[in-house]
Amino acid sequence: MTARTLEEAGIATVVIGSAWDIVNHCMVPRYLHNDLPLGNPLGKPYDSVGQRLSVISALDLAVNSEQPIAVKSDLQWQEDGDESWKDNYMRITEAGLAELKKAGEENRAERLANKSAGLTRAPS
Amino acid sequence: MPSEPIKYIDRTRAFYSAQDFTPYNYAHHESSPFHRLQKPLAACRVAIVLTAVTNGETPKNLRGAESHAVSDAPESFRTDELSWDKITTHTDDRQSFFPLEVLQSLENEGVISSLAPRYHFVPTEYSQRNTRENDAPAIRDACINDEVDIVLLIPL
Repeated sequence: MTARTLEEAGIATVVIGSAWDIVNHCMVPRYLHNDLPLGNPLGKPYDSVGQRLSVISALDLAVNSEQPIAVKSDLQWQEDGDESWKDNYMRITEAGLAELKKAGEENRAERLANKSAGLTRAPS
Repeated sequence: MPSEPIKYIDRTRAFYSAQDFTPYNYAHHESSPFHRLQKPLAACRVAIVLTAVTNGETPKNLRGAESHAVSDAPESFRTDELSWDKITTHTDDRQSFFPLEVLQSLENEGVISSLAPRYHFVPTEYSQRNTRENDAPAIRDACINDEVDIVLLIPL
């Protein structure tokens, strides 16, 4: 949404990220997708070559695209193509269900306490 | 052949349903505003917007947009309260989400005109209204003030 606001003000934007569906659901002017775990949208930690490539590719999109565009890069998490990491994030297991329920209850209690204490931004 | 990207909308929906939360309605649009750049890259000033936290002293649910001098950027950003794949990776290398050094070198090489004097934090807000009505306009105004041509937005 920030990209859209900037673009409306005449500033070209490029989102570089790793959540293809969320960014395209929102629809942004230009999106460079790196298919990596959430946390390192520009490239693997200490992969200075991949990180530089991401920035250059994004700047190329900023200058040369003529309409809204979303592209996938060739960066991979593992050179051998192993994508087993994709099973990890927010994985739900039978054994973890009770823990998740408890985390949800704690989260709701914390939100309520913050609201009562005025520790919240206005709109919700 | 790489597989399809993770379907985070489905995955978060299942994850939070398991915690008895109602599904989150992600921002959705059918089209996008689009500004065609009118100058070459070598004449452009570039700014960074990120979701990693600079000022960790402000409680999470009170954080709004912030603009900071790039010269004051921390070596280590606070990321522990954000959602990312803490099983697979880490955020110890800030250059994996904050391209300060790359943009500085592109400036030195004359590829871009300059790196903007400030970078910007936008919180990952539950409230889309807060983003739309408060945070995004604050960053827009700061970028206009800094005469920025291109913004790279890099959510963690």
